[in-house]
Amino acid sequence: MAKSRVALTRRRFLTALTLAAGGTAAAPFVGERLVAATSAAPEAKHQWAFVVDLRKCDGCEHCTKACQDEHHLAKDQKWINVYRISSADGETHPMPRLCMHCENPPCLKVCPVGATFKNAEGVVLVNQQTCIGCRTCMAACPYEARYFNWQEPPPAPKTLMPSMPEFPVPQLKGTVGKCILCVHNTQTGKLPACVEGCPMEALYIADLKSDAATNGRETVKLSTFLRENDAIRFREELGTRPRVYYIPGHGQKLIF
Amino acid sequence: MLKPEFPSSDAVTAAALRPLAPSGRRFWALAAALAAVVAAGGVAYVYQLFSGLGVAGYSDHGFWGIYEANLVAFIGVSYGGALVSAILRLTQARWRAPITRLSEAMAVFSLLAGMLFAVIHLGRPERIWRLVASPQISSPLVWDFVAVMTYLLATVIFLYLPLIPDIALLRDRFERAGGLRFKLYRALALNWADLPRQHQVLHASVSVIAVIIIPLAVIVHSVLSWAFAVTGRPGWDSTIFAPYFVVAALYSGVATVIIVVAAFRWAYRLHDYIGLKQLRYLGYLMLALDLLYLYFTFTELLTEGYVMNAEVVPVLESMLVGQYAPYFWLFILGGGIVPLLLVCLPKTRGVPGIVVAAILVVAGMWLKRLLIVVPTVAHPLIAGAWGSFQPTWVSMSITLGAAAAIPLLLMLFFKLFPVMAIYEMGEIAEEARQDALRLPVTAINQEGLPS
Repeated sequence: MAKSRVALTRRRFLTALTLAAGGTAAAPFVGERLVAATSAAPEAKHQWAFVVDLRKCDGCEHCTKACQDEHHLAKDQKWINVYRISSADGETHPMPRLCMHCENPPCLKVCPVGATFKNAEGVVLVNQQTCIGCRTCMAACPYEARYFNWQEPPPAPKTLMPSMPEFPVPQLKGTVGKCILCVHNTQTGKLPACVEGCPMEALYIADLKSDAATNGRETVKLSTFLRENDAIRFREELGTRPRVYYIPGHGQKLIF
Repeated sequence: MLKPEFPSSDAVTAAALRPLAPSGRRFWALAAALAAVVAAGGVAYVYQLFSGLGVAGYSDHGFWGIYEANLVAFIGVSYGGALVSAILRLTQARWRAPITRLSEAMAVFSLLAGMLFAVIHLGRPERIWRLVASPQISSPLVWDFVAVMTYLLATVIFLYLPLIPDIALLRDRFERAGGLRFKLYRALALNWADLPRQHQVLHASVSVIAVIIIPLAVIVHSVLSWAFAVTGRPGWDSTIFAPYFVVAALYSGVATVIIVVAAFRWAYRLHDYIGLKQLRYLGYLMLALDLLYLYFTFTELLTEGYVMNAEVVPVLESMLVGQYAPYFWLFILGGGIVPLLLVCLPKTRGVPGIVVAAILVVAGMWLKRLLIVVPTVAHPLIAGAWGSFQPTWVSMSITLGAAAAIPLLLMLFFKLFPVMAIYEMGEIAEEARQDALRLPVTAINQEGLPS
């Protein structure tokens, strides 16, 4: 009889403990919702993409400057950063790197609060109003495309709009920022700041939906342009499926 | 032979309650010094809140560093405390009795210190409620959050349950004095009246929680490692990361138990109850984990170094022969080999040698955590210069503050609760006496255990 009592109490205790542990574990999920949109909506009017013609790029970094001016960024935040890549022959060649706006963005799924999301037009954006600043996305991004506001960002002129994912100006201290493919410009039919600012006309904003790309001076048929020039995507092997295409040139080697 | 092994319950009670007596000047001087270090850390944190994480030494090519290493190190230490106690309970190791309370309390307080860094490392700590309000389940940080909170609950229960009979004893002692203290004990004692049924329930509960806490701690450390491993960065992209972290936690945790046990043994003159035996057995446990950790380190380096994947090579080189090599070899020597020798050699296997070994292990494992975080973060993924993480006075003050909080909380906790598990020690002494009656004297070896 004593034995059955022990069994009963143990079972009771186990039940209570399981409930308590389960309750603690489940608590965060009560308010759970699918915070981040994980894929673009195919029915959207545009599906933005980007082309970098490395044959034309001379590494002048006007794109970086134009981008920083547009978004009032600190000098160390290079949302489009011109890397110097060493090729096999020992020479270095410039390679602008912006956010790849991956179809399968590694940064998006690691965010604990869903502050990184993909908008309907396929652009990866960060909501700096909800970002908790844990920087796991920076760890996950294989392209080093993300920057953190370690200090108070430089002052920006007063705008009518508050800082929002589509126009994060001014940047918010303690949150992550990155290239937004100038969605505030493309919405109104304007070019991204880097495309506008490139004197070599090496940068193209592209739309997968209308299969067109433009550097501001010429407009090309995107699919043909990519095929005929053997366009590649940076680190294809990672399975991130970037929306940024590179046209190799200068004979430089891209890291794979 | 049995007497020094299992002293009378009155003596145990007196010794375990020694810290509860009014403390001398030395106690309060140490407490004040530790509190000052904690306060300095608090001031540094307020400064960091206003100025941004940049003042802690972070940059875009050093986006994780000391706080992330601290998070892993402190929570790891906690695991050691919980596990030493749980394993020894489950295996019915009688020598555990005087050290379980210290281990369990250490597990709770170091966990709290570790959890603090989960907040401190955030750019926007005021938004942490979003982890509860709108978590994204695919994030390893959400897994961390759930695992650590569950583990916290378990460690608190694990500390509390065996405390109940001891609290009841205090309740009875303070009944005449009354006051707030008596009320606290009365509430926490949950009407413990030493009834057989209460004994049964307590035994069952403690066994269950001891069983649960082991896999739970494994889960916590695996999940912590995945916050790094799932990012796929060179140096972190490793399938052995989860068990590697678990062993690291155990190794540094057992070392911390040794330090805490030795410190309280010395400060409250508990030599009659906590003998060289306890410290030596813990030392052997640390030795086994030392070898295991070195083995894991070797395995990881061998496969990476043999394959020489172009992406991993720069990180590996920086660690073995490059800019981080001095720290890495310092760890291997100071955090691995020297402690090994100190515990192995009969000459140094005394209390001082074991404590020095444990201190080296804790310091070495902290350094190792920095070496796990920093080189991988500083290594350029595309091209260009290496980044770096240079700790500043802000991050160092906060780190020291959190580290000082652990001994401070332990000191204050044991002003209120017995430093040794009185009830359990009495029980074990009784068991041993019964065994002694049943067995011929020759069958009892020096440990007081049936051979």
